[in-house]
Amino acid sequence: MSMLQVRDLSIHFGGVKAVQNVSFNIDSGIVYAVIGPNGAGKTTLFNLITGVYKPTTGEIRLEGEAIQGHSPNELARRGVARTFQNLQICMNMSAIENVMVGAHLRLDRNLVKAALRFPALKSADRALREEAAELMRFVGLEQYIDARADAMSYGALKRLEIGRALAMQPRLIFLDEPAAGLNPKETIEIDHLVRKIADSGVTVVLVEHDMKMVMNLSDRILVLDYGKKLAEGTGEEIRKNPDVIAAYLGAHA
Amino acid sequence: MLSEFLQFLFSGLTVGATYALAALGFTLIYNASNVINFAQGEFIMLGGMLAVYFTHAGLPLPAVLLLAIILPALVGIMIEKLAIEPVKGAETVTLIIITIGASLVVRGVAQILFGKGTFSLAPFSGDSPIDIMGATLLPQSLWVLGVTALIVVCLWYFFNRTLKGKAMLATSYNRLAAELVGINTSWVLFMSFAMSAALGAIGGILITPITMTSYDVGIMLGLKGFVAAVLGGLGNGLGAVVGGLLVGILEAMGAGYISSAYKDAIPFVLILLILFFKPRGLFGGKSTDRV
Amino acid sequence: MQKNVYIGLYVVVAILMVLPFVLPNSFYIDLAIRMAINAVIVLGLNLLIGFAGQISLGHAGFLGIGAYASAVLPTHFGWHPLLAMLAGAAATAVLATVVARPIFKLKGNYLAMATLGLGIIINIALRNESQWTGGPDGMAVPAFSLLGFDLTTDKQWYWVISFILVVSVWASLNLIDSPFGRALRALHGSEVASQVVGVDVVRYKVAIFVMSAVFASLMGSVTAHYVGFVTPNFADFFHSIELVTMVVIGGMASVYGSLVGAVLLTALPQALATFEGWETVIFGAILMLCMIFLPKGLVPTLAAKFGKGE
Repeated sequence: MSMLQVRDLSIHFGGVKAVQNVSFNIDSGIVYAVIGPNGAGKTTLFNLITGVYKPTTGEIRLEGEAIQGHSPNELARRGVARTFQNLQICMNMSAIENVMVGAHLRLDRNLVKAALRFPALKSADRALREEAAELMRFVGLEQYIDARADAMSYGALKRLEIGRALAMQPRLIFLDEPAAGLNPKETIEIDHLVRKIADSGVTVVLVEHDMKMVMNLSDRILVLDYGKKLAEGTGEEIRKNPDVIAAYLGAHA
Repeated sequence: MLSEFLQFLFSGLTVGATYALAALGFTLIYNASNVINFAQGEFIMLGGMLAVYFTHAGLPLPAVLLLAIILPALVGIMIEKLAIEPVKGAETVTLIIITIGASLVVRGVAQILFGKGTFSLAPFSGDSPIDIMGATLLPQSLWVLGVTALIVVCLWYFFNRTLKGKAMLATSYNRLAAELVGINTSWVLFMSFAMSAALGAIGGILITPITMTSYDVGIMLGLKGFVAAVLGGLGNGLGAVVGGLLVGILEAMGAGYISSAYKDAIPFVLILLILFFKPRGLFGGKSTDRV
Repeated sequence: MQKNVYIGLYVVVAILMVLPFVLPNSFYIDLAIRMAINAVIVLGLNLLIGFAGQISLGHAGFLGIGAYASAVLPTHFGWHPLLAMLAGAAATAVLATVVARPIFKLKGNYLAMATLGLGIIINIALRNESQWTGGPDGMAVPAFSLLGFDLTTDKQWYWVISFILVVSVWASLNLIDSPFGRALRALHGSEVASQVVGVDVVRYKVAIFVMSAVFASLMGSVTAHYVGFVTPNFADFFHSIELVTMVVIGGMASVYGSLVGAVLLTALPQALATFEGWETVIFGAILMLCMIFLPKGLVPTLAAKFGKGE
């Protein structure tokens, strides 16, 4: 069952062809990794699929429906969540509020009811706070439940962003370099966390440079090079692919 | 008919030149620091007011001009050192409010020192109007336009042909990169404030014999100069000059042909139109993502 | 943590109930009323500036629309004051929406420039259309009456405005800790993040701008009826800056900060009444010093200090 289908996706920034004719399918429930050297177009690909960029050509289908060119908030409505390579945390809010914001679309956002403090709204909020605290425990942040976002470490904030994405109860989650900037111990923890998320039924798409983590976690891998698809397959197939070895894996394999 | 049109054109160009100088000032500072300096108008006011003050004090013209340009430049430097540098990297809202605060301080001090009266300067070369095809052109207008043109040429030379000028341009394109190649970006910031203030002051001195000056002319002149800068494309030098002249001309034409009561509103209607239809300005200024 | 927030409200209510018996004469009651009116306006403006991170440099223009609607419509067209007030608010809502939509669709923060222009245009229009508005000298405003009851004495106004203030504070507190409020604050914190969780950024920005504009319009009407007179100065650039100063000093993104800012800066001009030039200088100096040393504003900075002291 195909969750995501990408056909001939391209984007040009002036003369730069950041992504060229990339096609692939992602089945539901798996962990799918996108790897490639820096500048290969991985984050651009993410941005295209999550609505931050509009493609020049090509098609993206989510469970059959075309979503290319839709805005990020529309994609959120369809159950697509993502985290960012450069953290996008709301430092002006507390940690738990950051997570609660993730549930934005699930709540009654009515302004008047909020201003007048309707009891239904208030109890829904209290329930949400509980749920957010649970999520923070799920991602390993129980000590930060009462903390402000600006008091947290980099590694903790990366997990907070994942918590926020999970609060959306997404079908598909894009993790953009979740282990970047983390030490080996933290990386293992993220590895376990991604496994937990995949086990809970969410389809995970991952951009990562840490090859051990990628090989460990992924069911399928897409290799990009200079914006083009170089190879696609299981970890074993990719490891043995001569083009991939030449371009990227080198000593890692 | 033609003479009427020319009349409006001349007065528009004249006041437009002042707006152009103010707009250049905004552009310089914006390029160096991404700050929109709402105190720019007060430099214009200071130029005129100080020129009046020192003339009344009996100083010879060269001394008057020197002081009326250097003192505002010093004020500009003070603002940069005391109010902008300490908060480098602050949010836009914060910086805008700081410059508004600075403008209030300058204006308030001017009010205390010089009172609320309106003052004028003697025109530089007499006031017998020149007749051009039925329209009158004041000799002072020629001074305004001539000096402004000279300044624009000098600035062009400075930014494109001298090392220091190129350093300033480099900083405006990418501050970090400029620092990495050894450009002293603090100096660039410092110079940009000093130059902006001087530009504004010169404009103020030149225009005072025509439009007179008082402690509160800075607000409108500054705001209109800002509109001119946005019209031309915030961050674009040529745009600032063209924008200034355009705002001046449209204002004069509007006042003449449509309604003189709404003369002051015209630049602000312009800014709304620009924001609705061409927000990057006529010459597409720097992307204002961080604004 | 949640309960704490409303304690401040009880304090405010207590103060408001006690004041009339403590203040020596009607001058002070008048001052208190003006402070309260400013506080409500600032609350609305703070939602825009502090919570949503957008800046309006022309808010006094909206005050002017409301004030003059309440002056012109009853005087020249015989409208009922309540209808006039609502008409002013409606006109403001339309104007704010028309201006905000295209502005917020742009990438970057252009609201400051747009509101600057808008505010000044409104001011000039009010000054020029003297046959309707009385021009630079202003015009008288009829008393506000509802169901045959005229609102005229200081005491009556005091209780009305206190009520409005308390309701506004309560509503603001509720709003902040709600899905809508969180979305707003997320917008300020990281627009990209709020987009990916589903916040329709443009819609929210427009909504909060229109809301704060309508607040201002309504309070403009209230002020007009209270003072009994209105002049174009009410809607000028300096007044817009005064309002922004109140937000900034009290604390952007702080409900109680808005109250503190309004109180301090309504009292200040009174204290400096005879020193006009000094008033400007001091205002400017306060703005600069506050932004340099207390960029978060008085209340949040003090709150943080006391928080650390625990």
